[in-house]
Amino acid sequence: MAKVRGTGFAAVNYPTGMHLGGDPTQSLIHMTPAGDFVVTMASVDLGQGLRTVLAQIAAETLGVPYESIVVETADTDTGPHCTGTFASRTTHRAGNAVVMAAQEARKAMLEVAGELLEASPEDLETDGDGNIHIKGVAERSVSVGEVAGAAHFGYGKTIAGRGAYLKPPSPMDPETGECDPDSTQAHACTIVEVEVDTETGMVEVLDMKSVYEVGQQVNPDLVKGQIVGGSWMGIGHALYETTAPGYPAIDPAPVDFQNYLQPGASEMPEVTCEVLEYPAESGPYGGKGVGEMVTNGPIPAIVNAINNALDVRITQIPVTPEVILRALDEKRAQAGG
Amino acid sequence: MSMKELGVVGRNVGQRDLESHARGQTTYYEDVHYPRMLHLKMHRSAEPHANIVRVDTSAAEASPGVVCVLTHEDLPGKKVWNGLAAVGVGPEDEPILAFDKVRWRGEPIVAVIGESAEAARAGAAKVEVEYDPLPGVFDVEEAMSGEAPALTAHWPNNHYIYPDDHAAAQIRFGDVEQGFAEADHIVEDKYQTSPIEQAPMETNGCIAKPGGDGRITVHTNTQAVHFARDNTAAILGLAPGKLRFLGGTVGGGFGGKVDVAVEPISVLAAMRTGRPVKFKYTREEEMQVSSTRSAWRLFIKDGVMNDGRIVARKITSYQDSGAYLRFSSYGSMKHAGHMPGPYTIPNVWVDARVVFTNRPPSSAMRGFGVMAASFAIELQMDKVAKTIGMDPWQLRLLNAYRNGDMRAHRKVNEDAAMVETIQAAARLAGHDLPADYQAMTSWDRKAS
Repeated sequence: MAKVRGTGFAAVNYPTGMHLGGDPTQSLIHMTPAGDFVVTMASVDLGQGLRTVLAQIAAETLGVPYESIVVETADTDTGPHCTGTFASRTTHRAGNAVVMAAQEARKAMLEVAGELLEASPEDLETDGDGNIHIKGVAERSVSVGEVAGAAHFGYGKTIAGRGAYLKPPSPMDPETGECDPDSTQAHACTIVEVEVDTETGMVEVLDMKSVYEVGQQVNPDLVKGQIVGGSWMGIGHALYETTAPGYPAIDPAPVDFQNYLQPGASEMPEVTCEVLEYPAESGPYGGKGVGEMVTNGPIPAIVNAINNALDVRITQIPVTPEVILRALDEKRAQAGG
Repeated sequence: MSMKELGVVGRNVGQRDLESHARGQTTYYEDVHYPRMLHLKMHRSAEPHANIVRVDTSAAEASPGVVCVLTHEDLPGKKVWNGLAAVGVGPEDEPILAFDKVRWRGEPIVAVIGESAEAARAGAAKVEVEYDPLPGVFDVEEAMSGEAPALTAHWPNNHYIYPDDHAAAQIRFGDVEQGFAEADHIVEDKYQTSPIEQAPMETNGCIAKPGGDGRITVHTNTQAVHFARDNTAAILGLAPGKLRFLGGTVGGGFGGKVDVAVEPISVLAAMRTGRPVKFKYTREEEMQVSSTRSAWRLFIKDGVMNDGRIVARKITSYQDSGAYLRFSSYGSMKHAGHMPGPYTIPNVWVDARVVFTNRPPSSAMRGFGVMAASFAIELQMDKVAKTIGMDPWQLRLLNAYRNGDMRAHRKVNEDAAMVETIQAAARLAGHDLPADYQAMTSWDRKAS
């Protein structure tokens, strides 16, 4: 009996947004009297960093400092409609809604700045540091804060914007399946090395490397966070997790983390990832969704690596020690017979 | 494709609330505290399939600290529902609280509201339900065999019915049988995934708080506040404006917090008692009651040429929906629409079926419908490579879709860089590709 190693990989694509579209997200942005901006959404932050990403997109479009953006979320009284945080849709749908709202608010801001600078709004530009000046004449400048004060107390104007992003629904043809299901597709390819103990059936994932193609990244660290988290979740799905170990029987039925196994820190391999940026036509600044696809490469790559290591053909998950040992028994029986 | 020069987009500005999460300073729904708050616990079915003969709540009502007991008779609006009814999915099939029958072990029957979680739990344990057990069906293929008991009248033979009376979400592209006839090799296999728990750190839950103005505020960890509010209003027959749904940061979703599982009954309990009501799933409920990822069974048959071109792919999939529909019909459509993966295959046939069993209802999870598809396809690709003796990297690159290709759902492929992604991964893996494979590009099928 021995420990044997194998490698496997998998290539996957993943759609951005709800299947068949029809999933709107809206955004409202307004400027406070102090010159910062509140982005109001009904979207829900699940810990993935939605508030950060939407603040970056709002700052980019408005041309104001990132630090001056507040993102308010998840209140049905104040937040305009968001279908929800799922389907790898928030960066794309909410991001596009924020771009639209920020464009409208920026226009209102430049109109007031134009009055203060006695210039046409089209001749103005933002420096991203909180100032607005006449193009090519940096000294003819007002601060965003001065514009806010003038708008509120001098001109009685709102500096605000509305945004709505909707991919129109595209029903699936019941016969052929013809449809326009998604806004774009993101891609990944994951390579895994495993070591399998042929005596115990235990699998160790030694190494996981991935290449992702997710359009323009809004925040590379948060993309990497999804990829590393998904690698962990993929190991869990591939090797350990099930609510029905006797599937399709309903017993036994794990009810806690003593019986429902997940990988711990010691089961995590080194995760390497490289991200290619091919901007998507429909995305905010070219962004695609990365949230859900991150388990989809690791799972088949791990199973392919196990099959490669043992020269067996396992086609189910989770690949528990029992599954491994049964596959080895079957292989021995075939070799003997 | 050139993008204008970017400022803060593309920069690692740091996650805004990271420090607050790490320090335990982030506010979650459970961090909201109200005086005189009540707690709700559910009495659930002990049987996977049974007629309900009798429900006796008298001992529960008399239990110390129990304030209110709710059965299906107390529901003011809908008795059965589906979350996507507003967009035409139906018929609505899932009881809010079971009445004539239970179809899975764990199905809610009676809600018990108490002064404390312990009082509610003790009261719920005293609900007596007399069952007349029925034979159950747990396997998707057995469920559709024609010999299994039908779970509901809506779904004869235990499968969902798509528009135009179709038993499956279908893809019909080209002619797979002709493709198989012309192929040098036929490669077939069967694949099975498991029901999996989303396993968020924070379980499903909410607090419903009646206000002095006749409105009810619901602090919830749903992934979709408007969706949850509008469904709750529809279930209870309330004007949506009576409800304010308030989220915040959620302690992990992964698709496990879209079912509107806790809000409607909590709002009803708050209306009945005039007091704040909290309903929080235990870890046991999260694992065995809340929707899991659906288990999928797939059969894939490929027709392959000696040079590695896949000329036909036929897929039959069974999504185990458990006892009720929830969002499974969406999941199977997404599954079908994803086929045949990131490859251009001229003949594709897909039947993706939603099957009902006496198992806990399944629903969305990260990669709904697609995870199982990618799992099966990528194992199949390795089998194809082995069958014809081809390098699995080259097999994928040869068949990978290019921009401008017509996909099986008849949409022209665009801004997709699958080829470049595989090439970069091969470099990362130290796998040498021949020059013609290195020269391939997503923007020109002929380049090699």
